[in-house]
Amino acid sequence: MIMSLEGLIKSIGSIKFEILSPDTIRKMSVANIVTADTYDEDGLPIDGGLMDRRLGTIEPGQKCQTCGNRIGQCPGHFGHIELARPVIHAGFAKLIYLILKTTCWNCGRILLSKEDYEKYRRLMEKYKQKWPQLRYKLAERIIKKAKLQKCPYCDKEQYKIKFEKPTTYYEERPEGTIKLTPSEVRARLERIPDEDVELLGLDPKSARPEWMVLTVLPVPPPVVRPSITLETGIRSEDDLTHKLVDIIRINERLKENINAGAPQLIIEDLWELLQYHVTTYFNNETSGIPPARHRSGRPLRTLTQRLKGKEGRFRSNLSGKRVDFSARTVISPDPFLSINEVGVPIEIAKVLTIPERVTKMNIEEMRRLVENGPDVHPGANYIIRPDGRRIDLRFPKDRKAIANSLDVGYIVERHIRDGDIVLFNRQPSLHRMSIMAHKVRVLPYKTFRLNLCVCPPYNADFDGDEMNLHVPQSEEARAEALILMLVQEQILSPRYGGPIIGAIQDYITGAYLLTKKDTLLTREEASQLLIAAGYEGDLPPPAIKEPKELWTGKQLVSLFLPKDLNYTGKASICNKCDVCKKEQCPYDAYVVIRNGVLISGVLDKKSIGAGQPESLLHRIVKDYGTDVAREFMDKAFRLFLAYIDSRGFSLGIDEEELPKEAKEMIREVIREAEENTMKLIEMYNEGLLECLPGRTLEETLETKIMQVLEDAREKAGEIASKYLKSSNSALIMAKTGARGSLMNLAHMVACVGQQSIRGERVTRGYLNRTLPHFKPGDLGAKAHGFVYSSYKDRLNPVEFFFHAMGGREGLVDTAVRTSQSGYMQRRLINALQDLRVEYDGTVRLPNGSIVQFKYGDDGVDPSKSYHGKTVNVDKIIEEVLNK
Amino acid sequence: MVKFDIFKHELVPKARILSKEEVENLKKTYGIRKEQLPWIRKNDPMCKALGAKPGDVIMIIRKSEIAGEAIAYRYVVPW
Ligand SMILES: [Mg+2]
Ligand SMILES: [Zn+2]
Ligand SMILES: [Zn+2]
Ligand SMILES: [Zn+2]
Repeated sequence: MIMSLEGLIKSIGSIKFEILSPDTIRKMSVANIVTADTYDEDGLPIDGGLMDRRLGTIEPGQKCQTCGNRIGQCPGHFGHIELARPVIHAGFAKLIYLILKTTCWNCGRILLSKEDYEKYRRLMEKYKQKWPQLRYKLAERIIKKAKLQKCPYCDKEQYKIKFEKPTTYYEERPEGTIKLTPSEVRARLERIPDEDVELLGLDPKSARPEWMVLTVLPVPPPVVRPSITLETGIRSEDDLTHKLVDIIRINERLKENINAGAPQLIIEDLWELLQYHVTTYFNNETSGIPPARHRSGRPLRTLTQRLKGKEGRFRSNLSGKRVDFSARTVISPDPFLSINEVGVPIEIAKVLTIPERVTKMNIEEMRRLVENGPDVHPGANYIIRPDGRRIDLRFPKDRKAIANSLDVGYIVERHIRDGDIVLFNRQPSLHRMSIMAHKVRVLPYKTFRLNLCVCPPYNADFDGDEMNLHVPQSEEARAEALILMLVQEQILSPRYGGPIIGAIQDYITGAYLLTKKDTLLTREEASQLLIAAGYEGDLPPPAIKEPKELWTGKQLVSLFLPKDLNYTGKASICNKCDVCKKEQCPYDAYVVIRNGVLISGVLDKKSIGAGQPESLLHRIVKDYGTDVAREFMDKAFRLFLAYIDSRGFSLGIDEEELPKEAKEMIREVIREAEENTMKLIEMYNEGLLECLPGRTLEETLETKIMQVLEDAREKAGEIASKYLKSSNSALIMAKTGARGSLMNLAHMVACVGQQSIRGERVTRGYLNRTLPHFKPGDLGAKAHGFVYSSYKDRLNPVEFFFHAMGGREGLVDTAVRTSQSGYMQRRLINALQDLRVEYDGTVRLPNGSIVQFKYGDDGVDPSKSYHGKTVNVDKIIEEVLNK
Repeated sequence: MVKFDIFKHELVPKARILSKEEVENLKKTYGIRKEQLPWIRKNDPMCKALGAKPGDVIMIIRKSEIAGEAIAYRYVVPW
């Protein structure tokens, strides 16, 4: 099949859209369809019916009456329906309206003065030569200009034309408003001379305006509207066929009535009905008319519906295709895998294959795989012999014989196995890191496994997320994937100059706990951790020799740093003191690495976290390359996990308890805030409150109250974090950036604070109050959604209700935002997907036209820059000073 | 009406019309036809101020936060 098409494949030079003229429709038609019936009593297609045999066979084994081909080869052939009266093509209705407005109803000339007409003719000629793309803009201008009340050619008075969606036109004559029949519309369009058609932006050779009013309707062949026979033997027709039946039925009735000389009223009714059917045949979602429905009440899926939208031909069949050599399953974490790896279930590994050519070098191995067959893991599913024949290894009993018959030049479709390169993907694929190349690790159980550091680029978690896997089949594809798409090559994100792959959650907590000043390890502990991290080498001399040999966590981490690495930076736990004491920081928040030794500071989110630009991790990737960075993540990060595992790390609500004095202080702060609120309200009531610029008095009061309450919550949080023990797990996670924030912590221990709806205090509910428990007009904090309690203290019912209101708004917001940003993303990608940076640094369209003279105006690749800047001056200064 | 010199405004980039030779050079360096440059309408205040006519190519020198100075060219079209 593919062979026979060779030589017939041509590239498309250009595409031109035209309107089918009635003559063209008749010429391409093989049958005039006249009866609404499809099959006779014997179940055979009726000649002149919608299933006419000339339209192409749909029954297997039969030759097509028109082209002689059998089913599958016969492309299908169009028929046509001669409409008894013309009807408007709803898709052109708006354009017809514009043309009717701009041309004389009597002689069809454009309603321009003779001078203007000449001027625009000349302009149009010039545009055709020099700016062909701008012809339509000129036509738009002409259409806007052509508004003469009196035709300069035939002196006839012009009337105002009104358009009523979808297909009706009225003319406001002095004697009254009359409806224009499609026949009249068509007659007017016919009168427009070719030269004038051109000025309206149409090519008279390919789109005469009268062709927008249909007199003949093409009937698509049955191959595009196949009927299905149900098990019960009942034939069910396609929606398009149903619609065509309607059209023919009304058309025939209209024809009969005209011939019988029926009253004008009846004819007009039928004509309108025909118009309705033709309109819905093209688009069953035309605004202004009810959609045509199936007997069951389901709206019919007509031509436009077949193409449009997510399930339409374009998005579903042309831009989206289904593929072989792919797999999908639930994902789960595995910190013992490299970031470059993906765990693949054996079951899947036995289905996905790679074609491998048999050579002198691998023949023994290939024989073994063939012998194993499809059911034993490192096996094979098919053999392709040099003559192209495929041997399915599922069936033969004696695979050993087949294995022995294997020879150089055969191709074995072997199972994927450890080390094979595959593409791994999680939807929505919003950026290029959503599809990365991984190396296979075949593992037991049924989920795909991945290292936790690659969660951020995929935006994956393990609450049931599924991912897809694709196996490249050619050597080129594999090479490209390995060199360009491998996870380690994607550590630096082009979105911002920084690593998108890095430590998250427990890795950060672990790193902090390990590198803390007071973490000291015995020889046993240190050895255990280093073995877990895969360190091969000697233990450094202990930091403390007497009375017992002890090692610091910093020492262990240093073993994994490049030997000539220098780095200084602040940690996430930094208190942002007014004067930074640098190396002498009492909180150990100033990270200094000299010659690959962590001298001071703890490692946390700022230095090793995912998505942190100008961090230690960023420096390692940029200065030492992706291999070193990958190894650091595979080994040092495992050290952090091993430490947090052995030390233990947990959190319970009981721990979020404050001492009495702190609670008292918080209560005092909130009481004060409440007092201030009351004072503000009093001032407002007495008219002493001064308006803020641009605000009403009420708004001023609201913002001031909000401010007071927000300050109170913040103060309460500050007190809370001051009084919590520094060993508090939630506090550690918040400060190191591992998870949660100080605000979350304050919510738990101090005060949940103001709940807001649309950025304002809660105001909705009952008349002049939020709930019936409050006095009407109460402006106090309690009555408008201020939650005094902390989660630990428990919320009272009223507080709980307000909290639920705020929470619901959050949920609705995210739902709305994702759908809106998804649509925006789609449109942006459709608009930008063909842009490319050429070798001369310009950004161009595929036709060579220039969009940007230098990519981003500076030609800088953000993923190869320092946080978007070309040079990092601080780093250079430091390097020079270190020498 | 008092004519306002838009180029005196600091947010308006410097611009000038390219000479015939310069246009030829530009076409050669980028390997393009004039229409393959980005377009600008002749009604654009910039074109009006320069007196550029359809078919001209103008050079715009913008101040850029990241690149210091960014140069762009525009092909003047009617309508
Ligand atoms: Mg999830
Ligand atoms: Zn055929
Ligand atoms: Zn006229
Ligand atoms: Zn500090």
